[in-house]
Amino acid sequence: MGTILFLIFFPMIIAFVLLAAKSDKARDMIVYISTAIIAGVSIVVAVQYFGAGEKFFPAHTHVVGYLMMAVEIGLAIYIIFTGIKHKKYLASLLAIIQTPLMIWFELGTGHEIESQANMYIDKLSIIMILIIGIIGSLICVYALGYMKDFQHHHAGEKDRRPWFFFVMFLFLGAMVGLVTSNNMIWMYFFWEITSLSSFWLIGYTRTGEAINNSFRALIMNLFGGLGFVIGIIILGNIFGTVELSTMLLYGSVYGDLVAIPAAFFAFAGITKAAQMPFNSWLLGAMVAPTPTSALLHSSTMVKAGVFLIIKLAPVLGINNFAGLMVMMVGGITFLFASCAAISQNNAKRVLAYSTIANLGLIVACGGVGTPEAVWAGIMLIIFHAITKSLLFLCVGTAEHHIGSRMIEDMDGLFVRMPKVAMFMIIGIAGMFLAPFGMLISKWATMTSFVDSGNFILVGIICFGSAVTAFYWLKWMGKLSAVVAGETDIEQSVHKSETFVHMTLAILTVVVCLIFPLISLYALVPYLEGVFGGVTDGLLSSSNMIIMVIMLAVLVLLAAMFFGKSKKSEVPIYLSGVNTGDNRTYYGSMQKEVQFTLRNWHMESIFGEHRMNVIGDVLNVAVLVVGIGAVVATLISLLGGVA
Amino acid sequence: MAYVTKSPWVVHYDGSSCNGCDIEVLACLTPMYDVERFGIINTGNPKHADVFLVTGSVNEQNKDVVKQIYDQMPEPKVVVAVGICACSGGVFRDCYNILGGVDTVIPVDCYVPGCAARPEAIIDGVVKGLGVLEAKRAAMLENPPAKAEVAEEAIGEPAEAAEEIEEGGNS
Amino acid sequence: MVFRIISVVAYLVLAPILGCLLAGLDRKLSAKMQRRVGPPILQPYYDVRKLFEKEKQSPTRFQDFYIIAYLVFLIGAGAIFFAGGDLLLVIFTETIGSAFLIIAAYSSNSPYAEVGAERELLQMMAYEPMMLLTAVGFYMFHGSFTVHDLISPDRMAFLPMIGLFLGFLYILTIKFRKSPFDLSMSHHAHQELVRGITTEFVGRTMGWIEISHWYENVFILGFIFLFFTNGSVAGCVIGALVCIAAYFLEVLIDNCFARMKWQFAFKSAWIAAIVLGMVNIFILQLMF
Repeated sequence: MGTILFLIFFPMIIAFVLLAAKSDKARDMIVYISTAIIAGVSIVVAVQYFGAGEKFFPAHTHVVGYLMMAVEIGLAIYIIFTGIKHKKYLASLLAIIQTPLMIWFELGTGHEIESQANMYIDKLSIIMILIIGIIGSLICVYALGYMKDFQHHHAGEKDRRPWFFFVMFLFLGAMVGLVTSNNMIWMYFFWEITSLSSFWLIGYTRTGEAINNSFRALIMNLFGGLGFVIGIIILGNIFGTVELSTMLLYGSVYGDLVAIPAAFFAFAGITKAAQMPFNSWLLGAMVAPTPTSALLHSSTMVKAGVFLIIKLAPVLGINNFAGLMVMMVGGITFLFASCAAISQNNAKRVLAYSTIANLGLIVACGGVGTPEAVWAGIMLIIFHAITKSLLFLCVGTAEHHIGSRMIEDMDGLFVRMPKVAMFMIIGIAGMFLAPFGMLISKWATMTSFVDSGNFILVGIICFGSAVTAFYWLKWMGKLSAVVAGETDIEQSVHKSETFVHMTLAILTVVVCLIFPLISLYALVPYLEGVFGGVTDGLLSSSNMIIMVIMLAVLVLLAAMFFGKSKKSEVPIYLSGVNTGDNRTYYGSMQKEVQFTLRNWHMESIFGEHRMNVIGDVLNVAVLVVGIGAVVATLISLLGGVA
Repeated sequence: MAYVTKSPWVVHYDGSSCNGCDIEVLACLTPMYDVERFGIINTGNPKHADVFLVTGSVNEQNKDVVKQIYDQMPEPKVVVAVGICACSGGVFRDCYNILGGVDTVIPVDCYVPGCAARPEAIIDGVVKGLGVLEAKRAAMLENPPAKAEVAEEAIGEPAEAAEEIEEGGNS
Repeated sequence: MVFRIISVVAYLVLAPILGCLLAGLDRKLSAKMQRRVGPPILQPYYDVRKLFEKEKQSPTRFQDFYIIAYLVFLIGAGAIFFAGGDLLLVIFTETIGSAFLIIAAYSSNSPYAEVGAERELLQMMAYEPMMLLTAVGFYMFHGSFTVHDLISPDRMAFLPMIGLFLGFLYILTIKFRKSPFDLSMSHHAHQELVRGITTEFVGRTMGWIEISHWYENVFILGFIFLFFTNGSVAGCVIGALVCIAAYFLEVLIDNCFARMKWQFAFKSAWIAAIVLGMVNIFILQLMF
């Protein structure tokens, strides 16, 4: 208990310290030490509670409740005023609606409900804490070097780095709180803090675009927050509880009834996980400095959304409206976000669409709600967190050195920045190739979808994986091209950045090697606890072993043959006369012509706008039908009671 | 016997030919002459080719192209000059921009004269080249790292070879 | 277990021989269809032996690694298939193999190789959904993804999975690199993109690629075979005959069609996967 509270409050305290620390040196020291502590303590928490299964902490205290309420009111007032100041009245309006609603509930019905356990920890929370504690910390360390360069590139602007690190650490603390809250009111509190933190991070540069995008993120997340509040009110009024665990317990008896608040919570999760039609906020978040994107995409924010949906999985499923709604929203998002990624040239947007797509898959897994699907969903969360943060951080470093985040400008990165390119290639391979984690999870996902009996989802994942391979491979190809005559410009990369890249790359490989153990000792016990009984139908152990062997073979081959060749190196064929530098040829009239190579983007088929419109329309329809059905059930129920 | 003689892949380059010989080269690929019988394939990629068929004479513009295609072919390889222009420059020999036959730029192993060279003669020329290929392959085995330099030894006088082929073509 | 090991060893030894003969037969048949005499049946073998006799060249020192990885994973995919492994694993392993081939082409930074690589990527995107749907269909019908269970089931999958079978035949043209879909390697229409993805593979590198195609073709025909097995000898005979017929059909198609644009290849393959594959999957779901 103490260690968990430490993980919530320590980052927050450090956040305030960092707000005060103005010099680079002091900030470096504080961040290095505190991230080491956070990562260390999260491992301690993991060890401490690993054997315990599910553990609840009462943490009874009314003071905390009132304190949270006070902070919520403060935040609401802040949002209302900033909204008015920037003429974003919708944000103010949403804050005006949801906070009083919440206060009304807390002082009214909620006041009478005695929560047995406000906090808990189980294997899923431990996994999330490890992700937040280790990957989140690594991102903060990376941010030190990156933000120095960033400030250098934006010389003349006010140095707001203390503020930046303040929000980053606040975020980490809030995330730990979120994944250990059993009381939904507490979770809502942390939920709102993460929304607001992302709003601050996205708006960091204070350009017009940044402010617009940050408000878009805020509005969409407040919209989800409204769903959360409605969910809490229904839960409190119908079931007389505000506890997640109790709700899930009721779910095994009154499945259809519990699906009503679950649908609203899931809706909140969907907005936070940036599912279509709410995906535009995550794309807009790309204006922020890269560590922000890495943090939002890998260990915090969007993972909060899918975490909630995975928690809710037992009460979702193919047999109720909430489950159907969630799985279809996730599936449709996966397919169309993957398609949209093909047409993108901006590396960060490709990563964003890939995140949205993978979150879609996790959401769909949660919606399917079988133990196998949840197994796949959690695996996706783990692997995605590591690989995506690696990719974002590599793109960030590359951007600062080659002056562009466009994939088409990454020609010859293999020669110009060999290490970054290698890490990026490992990250990309981790996202879709066979012995790596994401594919393992996708495989399990596919099996669980087939078993769930939803043939549309099966089709979606078959087509979606094909599309995924396309956009990753063309990027990987671009990186691996050995362009002659380029020089190595890697010396100026900060050591802290390389350290983080390397750690994440090693993690990508190591986690793939030990994933059968993760499955055996963490996921299977968790699933048995949640779903009861032994779960079968997971990836068979022989297949897992084959995967691990494949990875070992790959590593071995790379160690033996990479970059080694006894063959004589010859110039490439250019159909005319290669001038000898492999980049120019003599064209007509003996004129030297330099060729450039560009990838396919297939705008006419997979245009971004087109994919978004189709995905949005379909998902809005699904959401309207799903929420409509739930509200109809609720009304008929209330009518029946009356 | 080296396998290279059983599967000679051809790359064809049109120097400054009048296209007469080119059409005859393509005629070899048709069902009428069917050079695939001998494993011959027209690859269009010097990096996969064993036999370099050049039609037309070499001029200032294309001498580098001819040279580079030749250089990009991995050993063992042979060059067959197809048509009288490729052999000696033909009627264009005295033009201001013509250097002469292909052998002014790269070593030629077989000469197939004619205007245009008949498909039978071209096939015969390639088959003659196979003997050279085999000799070069043997030289490569003896002396692996160095580039095989047996072209002159393996074949007799260019004119002699040419005559033989002419006969073969007419018979 | 012993049987599985024997089967894998047999595959490793016999598949290249079978694949080589099939390739030779293919060329002979094509020649006959064009009223030519054509090359000897062993011509593909001569070609590969010749390629191994050539000088060793490579545009970059990284190409070798990619090609070795390609070989290992592609042959490995077939080995998993013949060891009675998981069909999805077979497909994924094959994908990683193809990925390495594509990266090998990209790494040369040669325009022709890159155009070929892009087209290869497109072909992958075109055929992958149908491959996966076929595996899913087998699972829905027989209740297992493993080839071991699919090879001796109690009933034949062909009729209930006829849509998937036809869809698979459609993408078989892409997998066998036959016209009208030989976009990336261009066996026939050489001149326009030189030799596409293989442009920069010289000598023995090219030889290895030919050999891996032999392996690949054999285990892809294995997929066709699975449609017909029902545990009896008759099923196996029918399966083998249909494999031969399918191969003949592909050669015929190869000789009858000019190459299509990539748009057609991609869209038609996806439409086939949706119409034939998805509808069949839906029907299977209703049935079971």
